[in-house]
Amino acid sequence: MIPEIGQFSLILALCLSVILASLPIIGAYQNNFLWMSMARPLSAGVFVFLAVSIAILAYAFVTDDFSVKFVAEHSNSLLPDRYKLTAVWGGHEGSFLLWTFMLSGWMLSVAIFTKSMPLEFVARVLGVLGVLITGYILFMLATSNPFARIVPLPPIDGADLNSALQDFGFIIHPPTLYMGYVGFSVVFAFAMAALLSGKMDAAWARWCRPWANVSWAILTLGIALGSWWAYYELGWGGWWAWDPVENPPLITWLFGTALIHSLAATEKRGVFKSWTVLLAILAFAGSLLGTFITRSGLLTSVHAFASDPTRGFFILAILGITVGGALLLFAFRAPLMKSEFGFDLVSREILLLANNIILVVSAASVFLGTMFPMVYQGLTDDLISIGPPYFNAIFIPLMALLTVILAIGPYCRWKRTSVAFLVEQMGKVALASLALGVVVPLIVTLEFSLAATIAVALASWIVLAMLQDIRNKTANKASRLKGLRSLPFSYYGMQTAHLGMAVMLIGVALTSAFSTERSVLLAPGQDVGLGNYVFRFEGAAPINGPNYVGEEASFTVLKGGEEITTLHPERRVYLATGTPSTEMAIDAGLFRDLFITLGEQKEGESWSMTIYVKPFVRWIWLGAIFMTLGGILAAADKRYRRLRRRHTEPSREQSKSKPLGGELQASS
Amino acid sequence: MNKLKFYLPVLGFVVVAIALWRGLYLDPKTLPSMLIDKPMPSFELISVDGKQVSNADLPPQIFLLNVWGSYCLPCLIEHPTLMRLTEAGDIPVVGVNYRDQQDLAIDWLEANGNPFSFSILDESGRFGIDLGVYGAPETYLVDENGVIRFRHVSVLDEAVWQEQFLPAIAELRAEGS
Repeated sequence: MIPEIGQFSLILALCLSVILASLPIIGAYQNNFLWMSMARPLSAGVFVFLAVSIAILAYAFVTDDFSVKFVAEHSNSLLPDRYKLTAVWGGHEGSFLLWTFMLSGWMLSVAIFTKSMPLEFVARVLGVLGVLITGYILFMLATSNPFARIVPLPPIDGADLNSALQDFGFIIHPPTLYMGYVGFSVVFAFAMAALLSGKMDAAWARWCRPWANVSWAILTLGIALGSWWAYYELGWGGWWAWDPVENPPLITWLFGTALIHSLAATEKRGVFKSWTVLLAILAFAGSLLGTFITRSGLLTSVHAFASDPTRGFFILAILGITVGGALLLFAFRAPLMKSEFGFDLVSREILLLANNIILVVSAASVFLGTMFPMVYQGLTDDLISIGPPYFNAIFIPLMALLTVILAIGPYCRWKRTSVAFLVEQMGKVALASLALGVVVPLIVTLEFSLAATIAVALASWIVLAMLQDIRNKTANKASRLKGLRSLPFSYYGMQTAHLGMAVMLIGVALTSAFSTERSVLLAPGQDVGLGNYVFRFEGAAPINGPNYVGEEASFTVLKGGEEITTLHPERRVYLATGTPSTEMAIDAGLFRDLFITLGEQKEGESWSMTIYVKPFVRWIWLGAIFMTLGGILAAADKRYRRLRRRHTEPSREQSKSKPLGGELQASS
Repeated sequence: MNKLKFYLPVLGFVVVAIALWRGLYLDPKTLPSMLIDKPMPSFELISVDGKQVSNADLPPQIFLLNVWGSYCLPCLIEHPTLMRLTEAGDIPVVGVNYRDQQDLAIDWLEANGNPFSFSILDESGRFGIDLGVYGAPETYLVDENGVIRFRHVSVLDEAVWQEQFLPAIAELRAEGS
């Protein structure tokens, strides 16, 4: 009975979202105040019913209701409670419910935190989100109902959650990634509302910026969590594999990064307006593409859910209606958008444009590389493999170029910057970075690597330029501290995120250049050396987990004859499915990770195993954490809150006279 | 003309959408390789243990061609099955060490056991491209004339061996006799 309530609740959410998708948008055209003002309560209603729905699904998991097909396929009575609860997103149906629920959460926050914006605009934003949610719920009810029952004979016990997913990473990675992904739907809705209204001034860019920054920050974190999880759980020691399912979040991220930079130019200078709208659509398209790829069985990979062309067809239809429709609307309206200002050849605008071009080209190359094997197969029935070499060959030089201009950007002024000033400022920084790039890797590792030299030089370039810029900006204040305090949050946000890029760069380059690994066969008491470390195998003993059995090995790690840590990798066999799984043991450190994966027991007491030493690998995720912090700091800037307050006072008519765009026009 | 350029994104999208729609009806797991019923691509490479190998070195009877790598965890899962097959003398197995490094491959074979008559060393992945490899592990069934007859993507465990390979082999034998 209770799962039926969940399904009923889903249907109610559908009914409300159908109204939300139509009345407020029509109301905005006809200036019908009543219809427009229905948008906020309707959004709250959709959120509540989706919340009830997902809570009931979670309840079915916790109470082991194996008559629900989705529960029977993804849980087991022996599964620990935290995984029962999170198994809600352990398969296609439930994870799509989570996705839709999160979108409704974003929608609710839009309804709450937009009091300062004109009602007409908010009605359109919420209406567009209503269209998306209507599509998603229809998709669930038609092709992937999480509440479907197994009648008349439900299984006694469930098939268990995929053993690779029974891990802490699974609890946090999918929700964070989805949260970031669907955040771009909000940005998309803002862009659509601007297109629908026909008033493409800079106002929408300002309203939308904090939302874009937060979505981008969460998406960054979500991708980093995925990378970190793959690194320690999948046991390959890799942190990025250019897997066809890793790529769409990256594509979305690249478009999103371009978008948050382009939004800055649109907001501050009223330039690149149509381009910014296009980027908002593309970032959203990237997020839907990710859904499409994982859920249609288009590509096989570790992430792929069950393959089913009907589902793929449905998502493609959603993709066609939303993205196709948006691009068509864009084609009609974009010619009306005019940039308000010109700018010189050397200016911040030009650098932001260069940033955008590099990011969009990167995104397009990743997209082509992901899709090409499929297109090729479709045309010729032949299979080809596109591997990391293609992606690395294109992506690495583009990112290096991006890093070069990234450091110059903050120096440049809007509209015009003198070349002499740039040369004077950046000359010393460039020389110092080159020197550091050559010297630092040599001192630290005693071997020369071109990749490491370039990476350290580029990272120093970012960091030194940043310090210099902060010094310039605080030079005229009474004291440095006062100067530092007077800089806005958004400035610190930008610099923190840029610092994150430098940190990540170091991590990627040094891990790739200096990682070592060795596969060996060891008997208890034997040891093996790798780099400066000696790994001694102490022996293996059986262990019993809640829903698995296995063996745990013990290692002592020595450096210079001193014991520094012990490591305990495991091999498990999950009882419900009989799947074997490897739990690697990691000793994590800021400057290096040591880790061991256990292979199989061989003749006697010998075990096969692979041992890795990975310098600086943590910096990759540390960089992503800096970027996330930066995005959140930027969104927390006082400016947005001040505006909100100023905006609550004027009456509704004034909202039509675009007070924000007005500032810009007044000065032209 | 100037206005038309704004239609470019939507045109691009239509092309991508058509490609995706076509893609829905392809299943990379079951779509047979183009090479089914065609001879194995010719090769002159070195093996993992450093010998020159070519098509002439392939077994004269029906054999398995198994794509593996030391980085490949699923390969460890199917490894016991391959060991059992060769130890029991059921069928010879030739390996393709795909996009791996020679020293790592040698270590891996020493650590886990070597079921392969020999393993073709394909560090660059060129041979894998000729073969249409999607990724390791992958197993091809090749008949006595060196013609590829069946392909299986992902782990070859006892169940797959019993349910897919044995019938395919029985069919080949029936044809041959």
